[in-house]
Amino acid sequence: MTPSSSYLDSSAWNELFRKMLKIRLAESRVAEIYPTDKIQSPVHLSLGQEAIAAGVCHALRPDDHIYGTYRGHGIFIAKGGDLKKAFAELYAKNTGCCRGKGGSMHYVAPEVGLMGCSAIVASTIPVAVGDAFAAKYLGLDRVTVAFFGDGAVGEGVFFESLNFAALKQVPVIFVLENNNYAVHSCVKERHKVTELYKFGEGLGIKGIRTDGFDVANVYANMREAVQTVRGGGSPMVLEFMTHRWAEHVGPGADHNEKYRDRALLNLAIERDSIQMAKNTMKRGLGFSDDDFLRIENELKAEIDEAVGFAEKSPIPDKKELYEGLFKERI
Amino acid sequence: MSVINYGYALAQGLIQSMERDPNVFVFGLGADDHKELFGSVKGVLERFGPKRCFDTAIAENGMTGVAVGAAIAGLKPVHVHIRADFLYLALDQILNLAAKWRYMFGGQMNVPIVIRAVIGRSWGQGAQHSQSLQSFFMHVPGVKLVMPTTAYDAKGYLTAAIADPNPVVMIEHRILYYINDEVPDEYYELPFGKAYVRKQGGDVTIVANSYMVTEALKAADFLEKQGIYVEVVDPVSLVPLDEETILDSVKKTGKLLIVDCDWATCGVSAEIAAIVAEKGFGSLKQPIQRMGSAHVPCPVSKNLEDEFYPNARKIVWKVYEMLGKDLPKEDVPLLTHQFKGPF
Repeated sequence: MTPSSSYLDSSAWNELFRKMLKIRLAESRVAEIYPTDKIQSPVHLSLGQEAIAAGVCHALRPDDHIYGTYRGHGIFIAKGGDLKKAFAELYAKNTGCCRGKGGSMHYVAPEVGLMGCSAIVASTIPVAVGDAFAAKYLGLDRVTVAFFGDGAVGEGVFFESLNFAALKQVPVIFVLENNNYAVHSCVKERHKVTELYKFGEGLGIKGIRTDGFDVANVYANMREAVQTVRGGGSPMVLEFMTHRWAEHVGPGADHNEKYRDRALLNLAIERDSIQMAKNTMKRGLGFSDDDFLRIENELKAEIDEAVGFAEKSPIPDKKELYEGLFKERI
Repeated sequence: MSVINYGYALAQGLIQSMERDPNVFVFGLGADDHKELFGSVKGVLERFGPKRCFDTAIAENGMTGVAVGAAIAGLKPVHVHIRADFLYLALDQILNLAAKWRYMFGGQMNVPIVIRAVIGRSWGQGAQHSQSLQSFFMHVPGVKLVMPTTAYDAKGYLTAAIADPNPVVMIEHRILYYINDEVPDEYYELPFGKAYVRKQGGDVTIVANSYMVTEALKAADFLEKQGIYVEVVDPVSLVPLDEETILDSVKKTGKLLIVDCDWATCGVSAEIAAIVAEKGFGSLKQPIQRMGSAHVPCPVSKNLEDEFYPNARKIVWKVYEMLGKDLPKEDVPLLTHQFKGPF
């Protein structure tokens, strides 16, 4: 499938670009702050993978639901989550998106459709399927997206979820961000068949593999999948090929470690999503370096404000330790 | 009021809950088949159709995840398991997700799922068809846990579990399915966190749950004839647990025996013993005693299986030991309920 991206107009490009750059700048800021130990939570950065979060979420409606993983900063931002709550959560403050109880691995923003992120690999895949099942049961026309990485396809629950989704034809899209590494194990060390998008075929789930660096390509493929699925079509697997710039967990890079493939890094540098978007926007849509600088400054100001908010926010009161385990019946 | 068995009481509670709330549905392996999960889903498919009552692949963890997602998105799933042993496969979704979803996300979401699981016993169910997993759900915070003993409990706690906004695990004993009880015809709910004194007595407190309550009551009847009066306390709701009723009983008797239909090691009986030791030590006249399954996998041979489980006779012997009395000449009749047949 190679849907045309020519329908992307200047404002769509602007929005996609802003989403990607916001993720890039916000996470770069996280990496910058990290050595100060103000962020006392493991961080799994999605630097290098921004185009997937941005392109996928741009194709969704605000009421569509998404579920993610411990690498969830990007989708939180792309789905429209409040950046102040995101930074406050990293600082484990009371004003964070989980009131300081979730941390970096458990971002949530139900007000914009991010229904939860889990640190157990593959665990939100069946949850997304159940959410989509509910939408169909209730007669709602929203779609649900399960974001997960290539590591997740090794879990049995991935198979179980795809089977149920196919059987019940629920409106779910499986977005597989293939960055080639499950922590430090590369795909070919884990699977005989490395075309992961094919894993659902035997179950009746169509899959495609496509480039995850070009945001227009991500968006175009996702847009088409959403049209199919929202219209009552079969669920799909979209495998986006990408590259994680940072180490699995933590703010640093680990490109010199033995497990890394230098060729993949070179490809990722060559296909930097943000630089590619800039080139396209300059070439065809009349954006200038000044425009990019202005956008960058606006986003940096927003990030400054969010960091300031996090710094100033109160920590959770000790009495909150026992709050929120069970919901009282009304 | 009708006299019905445990399974039909569950079916009645489920049907009435489904009538009240169109978002309640039941699913799981065998949820819609002719065996009707021992009668506990009888009539549900006919009444509500396959949208609200359906079978699944054998995929316990994935299907539990589906229940979690459906609950997050506004439905009220009742997920059924013919054997509790298979819950081990679903522990990731129950304990890592459902139990933590509300707290981990700062109290802004909730996961109203009900998980029903049946403990097998009899007819050589063996090591992997006879386990009960209550200790896991009592240990990990975030899941409510009930073990209904009577048909009256079964209906009232199933309706309460479905109406509850939190994850609830309900563990049912296969043998209890054959016991009839008076059950109100209309919809009712029973409260979590309330223990029941099944029999009053002043000599020894026996805290028992699920099927062990019926064994404890048989023991109590025998002991009564010998002039020994035990008090049988049935927590039913293990999370939340009614500590007060247990502590009050121990205050009265000064002697405590806990009988759980599970292994004792790190089990529910260990927890109850610890609570009483911490909060009721002054009431105790002698060390707390516990009885549970032998600490080995459940064997098939009837001879070994009888040795494996606590029963009324062993409870009687233990009570005599606790009271420092010689055993009576009369033997304790063992009328253990059993089911026959392959399933």
